[in-house]
This record gives sequence, structure tokens and C-alpha cells, in this order.
Amino acid sequence: MSDSCQFRSSSLGIPRKCSYLIYKGRGVSKGVGRGRALVTEEPISFLGGVDPDTGVITERNHELRGECISGKVFVFPHGKGSTVGTYIIYRLFKNGKAPVAMVNKVSEPIVAVGGIIAGIPLVDRLEVDPLSIIKNDMLVEVDGTRGTVTIFDDT
Amino acid sequence: MLKGEKGEATTKAMEILLALGDIYGATRLIPVKSAQISGVSYKNIGDAGVEFLSDLAQKGAKTVIPAFINPAGTDLERPAELMTDGAFLDAQLRIVRAYAQMGVKTTLSCTPYQIGYEPRRGDHLAWAESSAVILANSVYSARSNRESGISALCSALTGLTPDYGMHIVENRVADLLVKVEAPLSDPTEFAVLGSLVGRVAGSKVVALQGLQPDTEAAKAMGAAMASTGAVPMFMVEGFTPEFSVSSSAEKITVEEKDIRTEWQKIDTDSEPDVIALGCPHASIEELRRISVILNGRRMTKPLYVYTSRAIKEEADRLGYTRVIEGAGGRIYCDTCMVVSPIDRLGVKSIAVASAKAAYYSPSMSHVNVRLMPIQKLLIRNSKEV
Repeated sequence: MSDSCQFRSSSLGIPRKCSYLIYKGRGVSKGVGRGRALVTEEPISFLGGVDPDTGVITERNHELRGECISGKVFVFPHGKGSTVGTYIIYRLFKNGKAPVAMVNKVSEPIVAVGGIIAGIPLVDRLEVDPLSIIKNDMLVEVDGTRGTVTIFDDT
Repeated sequence: MLKGEKGEATTKAMEILLALGDIYGATRLIPVKSAQISGVSYKNIGDAGVEFLSDLAQKGAKTVIPAFINPAGTDLERPAELMTDGAFLDAQLRIVRAYAQMGVKTTLSCTPYQIGYEPRRGDHLAWAESSAVILANSVYSARSNRESGISALCSALTGLTPDYGMHIVENRVADLLVKVEAPLSDPTEFAVLGSLVGRVAGSKVVALQGLQPDTEAAKAMGAAMASTGAVPMFMVEGFTPEFSVSSSAEKITVEEKDIRTEWQKIDTDSEPDVIALGCPHASIEELRRISVILNGRRMTKPLYVYTSRAIKEEADRLGYTRVIEGAGGRIYCDTCMVVSPIDRLGVKSIAVASAKAAYYSPSMSHVNVRLMPIQKLLIRNSKEV
């Protein structure tokens, strides 16, 4: 699926000479978001696990504890814990601390609804396992309207 | 402009319901008769919830079907008695007003079926309060999944819910069959059974043989099952018209000793600071019972009884309130021991008659719990006058 991306790159403001891979999935929350990936294999509880004022992960024993999800494409298997986590995602958005997009293996209601009410593009059920192909700091574009995830090689 | 903004909220609500339907494998949305919304107490939803609901109300979101809400974090008419500080009360009022502005009835109760919203057989509902959902399915033969606060709100704004789970007749079949070989009479005993069964059942529909619960017992047992487990529905042989057990159902037997063991697991044997009744919200029958026990007695410890405002008004008219409060008890409305910050009252240990309250209080209110039947609790903690 590798291809040149001259047309897209000019509109998205990324280097003209690069390649990209597009993966199909299911669009859960509409819109397009692009940024650097922050990836974890561990599910996350937004209530009590992410500080809504800073976007920093605070969940005890989480491998990403101390990392900030703001402005990132946050890639994780699915949410867990209290359904109030949905409101925390909304609050991150209101505080300007939300991720630019999210990718799940399979979304559950907490994150799916949080993504929709906060307008954060969210795609799940990719044709490949997102946790094995997306690495930290990769440039990723999530199109929740089309249900696609594009990974750019800009190194 | 207002119309356009209202449209925006409805569009979002629809988008959420479609996404949820997709997650749960529904192929369509179906109309519902009413929506019961959780996520009301400021203690639970915090500033994030206040902000979301206020924004939604401001955008002009309006309900299109009867909708009502769960208890809040304090008695809105007697907040000072529950040591509610000004900031908490302000935030709580913002939440309740946002719901009211959207056209939601501010019932502030977990028992809509006791205050004029009894579902009818076959009604499709979008209810969120787990103890009300299980009763709606099990006792009223209505159909509701265990909704979240937001999904129920989306149903209130659109009149629709995804068609899956308990809405589909084929799914209303028990996957766990419980043979009960223990004599149960008091609602608290049924609640202990519910607590045990819920833990085994997980999210299965449960069938029970060998018991005859009355309304109060069914309510107590269902609330417990929906707390320790995610049970959407129970069926009692000879009691539930829809009784139906899957041929591959898991089978267990519960004996008297199992009930005793479960009881010991819940009960911490601590000396209670406060007696708290009304989880789920007390019915008029429960208030009558409490007033009969307390007639001519005086509490030696504080007694809080939680109910809906509508039931309290009935108790006022019938004289039950006078007897209960005359004996030193207090009847609080709009809230309960689980969703109000009871630890703010300096309470370290509470005694309850509800297995649901016993399940949630240690984690949500950081208190120790004693579990006893109402009669025993009240007699032990009062004296004749």
C-alpha cells in the first residue's frame, strides 16, 4: 500500500518527499486529526487515570504514567473503568488538552462516546493490529469520517 | 439559530446511539417509551459532567420522551443537614438545572417505578439505574438494557435506542439457573442471595427456583444482583411470566450455609455511627414498616432514611414521617447514602439493610458496613420511651 503522497502532503503541510500507508478500519467518531503517535498496549481508565487539566496519564502502574496525551494521536487497545471517563475526555477537550485523534483495537462505550462528544476523531477495528504497526512518535493521520488511519514515513 | 443548535445536540445524540449500536451489534434503532438517566450526583460526575451537561442545555437540547433522573449528591431542600458545602451545592444545582432546562423531570430517584413511571409489559425503555433496569425487565416485563448516563440522555433527546440485548426476545433467556435451598423471608436475606448470585452471574440473565419474593424482596435482591454483577434480568419460577432457561445454562445450588458465608463476607462487624435505610429509595410500604417499628421508641443512633420527594410527601400525609422523625430519624430526599458524600458527616461506619448499599459504601464513601434486616437494626439501635 506504499505510495508517494505529494498531493496529500502539500495540503497537510508535511514533507513532500515521503511515503505513507493507509489502513482501513471503522470510523467511530468523525473528523480528521494528525499528529505524533503515543502508543500503549495497556487499556486505560480516563477517570482517575488521566488528569483532565493537563492531559498527563496518572493511572497507577500504567506503562505511560507521566506521559501527556495532549495533541497526540493516542493509540491504545480500549478504555476501562468508570463510565464517567466519558466526561473526562470531554473535559480534556474543553481544556485544550485532548489528543488530536485516537485509535483503538476495539472501542468500548466509554471512549467511543467520549470521542464523539468531544469531537475527537476515532477509528477502531483496523485491518491490522494498530499496536503492532504504529510506534511512538510516528506521524499518523486518523480520518474518523472515512474510517482510515494513515501512517507517514517522514524520517 | 436556536433551532440549528438544538439540531446539533440531537445530531450528536444520534451519532452516539449509532456508534453504540455498532459496538453492540445492533442493526437498527427502535423507539423507547422513557429514559432514566444516571450521572446526576456531583460526587460522581464532577466538574467534567457539570460542564458537559451545562453546554448541552445551553445548546438548546430538549427531550422528546418522558425522561427522569437518578439521585443527586444532597437533599436539595436540606443541604446543610448533610453538611453540603456551598461549592458542592452550587455545582449540584447546575447539574439539576441543566437537566431541567432540557425538559428532564427532576425526580432525583433511583425508583421511578414507585413514583408514577411504572413500565408496562413489553415497553422498550432506555434506563440507566441498574436496580431499576433489572426490576423493569424482571418484574414489569418491560425491556431495557443497562444504559450509561449519556446513552440514556441520548435516548431522551432522540426517543430511540439501539436494538440489542434485552430488547430482543431471544436474549431474554437465563444462562444461569440457581436452585435456592434456603428459607428466605426478610428482604435483606433476599438481598444477600442477590449479592452472591450477582457475583457468579456476571452479565448473564438469571433464573431462580425455590423462592417466593414479594415486591420488597424482589427489589432488594435485584438491586444486589445488579451491583455485584451486571445482571440485566432475573426470573423466578412461578413468579415471572417470561420464565425461560437456556438448555446450556450453568446450574448452581445455594444452601443456607452459602447465604451465611456471603453475609459474613459483606458484614464487617463494626459498631455503626449511623443507620442508613432506603437503598434503593424506600417505598411507602417500607416507610410504613419503619414507622410501625419505631412507634413508641427513640433512636439511640442517628437514622437516615432516603426516598424520593414524591414518596416523602405521601409519608407526610399518612403520618409516617411524624413517627419516624419523632423517634429521632430523618427522612432525606433527592439523594442517598451511596451518592452523597456521607463520609463528610464524620461517619466511619454505617449500618444498612441493603446489600447494594453494603457493596458500594466501602469504596464510594470509605466507611465500614454492617448489614442487618430493618427490624433488627432499628430495635437494636433504639429504646422504648
